Amino acid sequence: MSFFEARKAAANVAMMIVTGAAALLTVGVLLFILGYLVWHGAHSLNWGFFTELPAPVGETGGGMANAIVGSGKALAFATLVGMPVGFLGGVYLSEYASSGAAFVLRYVTDLLNGVPSIVIGIVAYALVVKRMGHFSTMAGGIALGVMMIPIAVRSTEEYLHSVPRMLREGGLALGRPKWRVIATIVIPAALSGIISGVMLDLARVAGETAPLLFTALNNQYWSNGWSQPTATLPVMIFTYAISPYPDWHRQAWAAGFVLLMVVLVVNVVARLVLARKRHVVVG
Amino acid sequence: MGMTESRPGFLGRLRSGDGIARAVVLLAAVLILLITAVILGELIVQSKLSRHEFGWRFLVTSTWDPVAGEFGALPFIYGTVVTSALALVMAVPLGVASAIFLAELAPRRLSDALTFLIELLAAVPSVLYGLLGIFVLVPILQDHLVPLLKSWLGFLPIFAGAFYGVSYFSAGVVLSVMVVPFIVSVSREVLLAVPREQREASLALGANRWQTTRRVVLHYAARGILGSIFLALARALGETMAVTMVIGNAPRISKSLLAPGYSIAAVIANEFTEATGELYLSALIELGLVLFAVTFVINGLARLLVIATVRKGGAPS
Amino acid sequence: MKKMVFPFAFASVLWSATVCAQTLVTGAGATFPYPIYSKWFNTYHKLHPQVQLNYQSIGSGGGIKQATEGTVDFGASDGPMNEKQLAEFAQKRGGQALHFPTVLGADVPTYNIPGIKAALNFTPAALAGIFLGHITKWDDPEIAKHNPGVALPKKDIVVVHRSDGSGTTYVWVDYLSKVSPEWKSKVGVGTSVNWPVGLGGKGNEGVAGLIRQTAYSIGYVELIYAVQNKLSYGKVRNQAGKFIAADLASVTAAAAGAAKSMPDDFRVSITNAPSAAAYPISSFTWLLIPSKIADAKKRQILVDFLKWMLHDGQKLTEALSYAPLPAVVVAKEEKAIGLITP
Repeated sequence: MSFFEARKAAANVAMMIVTGAAALLTVGVLLFILGYLVWHGAHSLNWGFFTELPAPVGETGGGMANAIVGSGKALAFATLVGMPVGFLGGVYLSEYASSGAAFVLRYVTDLLNGVPSIVIGIVAYALVVKRMGHFSTMAGGIALGVMMIPIAVRSTEEYLHSVPRMLREGGLALGRPKWRVIATIVIPAALSGIISGVMLDLARVAGETAPLLFTALNNQYWSNGWSQPTATLPVMIFTYAISPYPDWHRQAWAAGFVLLMVVLVVNVVARLVLARKRHVVVG
Repeated sequence: MGMTESRPGFLGRLRSGDGIARAVVLLAAVLILLITAVILGELIVQSKLSRHEFGWRFLVTSTWDPVAGEFGALPFIYGTVVTSALALVMAVPLGVASAIFLAELAPRRLSDALTFLIELLAAVPSVLYGLLGIFVLVPILQDHLVPLLKSWLGFLPIFAGAFYGVSYFSAGVVLSVMVVPFIVSVSREVLLAVPREQREASLALGANRWQTTRRVVLHYAARGILGSIFLALARALGETMAVTMVIGNAPRISKSLLAPGYSIAAVIANEFTEATGELYLSALIELGLVLFAVTFVINGLARLLVIATVRKGGAPS
Repeated sequence: MKKMVFPFAFASVLWSATVCAQTLVTGAGATFPYPIYSKWFNTYHKLHPQVQLNYQSIGSGGGIKQATEGTVDFGASDGPMNEKQLAEFAQKRGGQALHFPTVLGADVPTYNIPGIKAALNFTPAALAGIFLGHITKWDDPEIAKHNPGVALPKKDIVVVHRSDGSGTTYVWVDYLSKVSPEWKSKVGVGTSVNWPVGLGGKGNEGVAGLIRQTAYSIGYVELIYAVQNKLSYGKVRNQAGKFIAADLASVTAAAAGAAKSMPDDFRVSITNAPSAAAYPISSFTWLLIPSKIADAKKRQILVDFLKWMLHDGQKLTEALSYAPLPAVVVAKEEKAIGLITP
């Protein structure tokens, strides 16, 4: 082997080692993070966490029952706000828009996607909280819903787009109106993708804290209805984590665990939904 | 899309339901445009007071004095840029190298499994990274890593001064961990999109894996990888919670990375609900506008770059 | 199945009746009195299950702002609203922002010096110097001179202050402005100031947290936060020349003089009080209640709560290291409650 060839071979080996090490480090760090969150969080859980309301400041005990429900309510409202608009927008982009209109809508959707979450919070405060005259679950839900829209649009469009033209043309050839073809043929064909997109979208906004700071505020009690301030898991984690009370720290970890589990489970299920459908369509 | 509607004529379309369907989806599209316009509009309108008061000076003044009514964005812009740059310096080599391994070297199933895991981490909420930052990272930095760093590189001005745990450096490390999954995921996709013919041709000419990767694959994928970096940058710039929990909340500019600092998103999160006085609030909103403008540009560049590469990669369009 | 319907319907009507009969009153503001307010609102809720007083400690600045915007039903602050803020409130909400003192508390200089548990003595010059950034080491003569026998380390002082708009800050800088002309001209007084040095923590909780985990740090927190978190806090030399530690007696002494000459709107500063036994960085803290409350239920709740607070509530303060209000002030406040109208 000439010197040149030896150098090539050495570089080859070096590359394998370096990139392999990098991948190992990346995966290692990320595994550590997941593992630590899971271990420490699970350790910090107790039954009271799920059933009790927060205790007064400085006292130990209490839980985040209201925050769990509050998060659920805010996300439900967000889905109600964000999903229809995002889904229908995606349908428009994929099935109806002219190329000029599509370009504009995609551009604007990208713009919306790029708005930092804290800025969404500011605008939701100015437009919803101030107008309504109080902080509320609804305001939080609107902020989160707006954040859901761009991803819903993009993923709906992507999955509708991937439905083969043949299916559409077949339906139209049978004399069906366009909307029927879309509703009964195209959308169902893309359904698993759309559903998985919704789930991923939801999992993403479930952990958002910044938009909730100025909209849902927080609440020691159960929040009734939609127009009262409410406790939510991310805000509680933030508040408790930066406090000096060890019991609050424990509860922050517990809440982190719950939030993480929800997000991870939804993510995994979403991907499974997608994977399963892929196998079916290929045939 | 090549699909025409069933019955021609406006009434025809209406009767068949197509008119309504079209109207509904058009409404959704218009709503999206409206929402975005309103957000942008609010930012511009509410920051008017501050913009008129300070003009372009706002971007280069470093005083943030609510008592005197003097507001300058420089410390926050500096902190945002420094922490994001630091994050990239750490995440890019790690992320791109990992992506190369996963795309070129690892067996497909291992690669898929690891990628799945890494993408799962992109889903971890940022407040949890903040939690880890405060309770795990900062103590590790304080007790082990930073003393080591200072003993080797303490002579450098960027590592000068005392370390209190909360700092630009801590925020940079947390951010780098948060953006690595994006870089790995997108870079890997981009690398996989490089057509096999290119690789095979290179190998046929006698190049080995390393040369093929370096000269051919990376060259091809460079724009896409750059796009992934911009994507990561946009994420880092807008990150609020994890940063505010470990950066130190000090509106000052320091040469040392070990000093406490502030970022745009963090100051808005901390001071927004209590900004009394119209000018104070307006200044904070102007900061929001600045952040939005920057992330918009970066996102736009990212999208262009990623699309350019994936399309070029020969995916059937 | 049919047999179950009636009891179920009855139960759900009953449930919704009780639940819907609850009234939520939301307040936000100071972290200074958060422990006692949290205790009060929790206790009051147990006494009156229909009433939910939801208090969020977002800082005095936040309390003033949100009360002015009307997004909360009442605010709380340890920095009294200034003329400009009062005018803004009157313009946006109509009526005035009534200040009701609730308890007396103290800002203490709290620190984390490994190995030193004793209460250090701080002169006004020492505190001003530290927070201005002039005094940078723990063994500085200005500190060492007044702490003979304490082995102060030759380490850098890490200053911690508030990153959010705070009444605790207001009290602290109000005091510093009175004892240091340089502070007064260079930094001034407010709920948010341009700090010459230091790290920022969010809320009293955040500052206490930072001090706890940062060696050689010093900051200012309300007394109960230092106590609850077992942080060391120092004595401060008052106007009469004595080094006084913050406690119920010294804080009450600081208020004694002011109580007699309490202005009608209750906005008074008691920092740097002249009395020999007074702790110099004491303060009242106020609930900010709008004088015009349209919602009859909420108005009644707030009026009832204030009355409870002035008597039964005052009995709970000492356990949390807050001093109760002087009797003279209580009497005056009871009259002021009458100013709350529809």
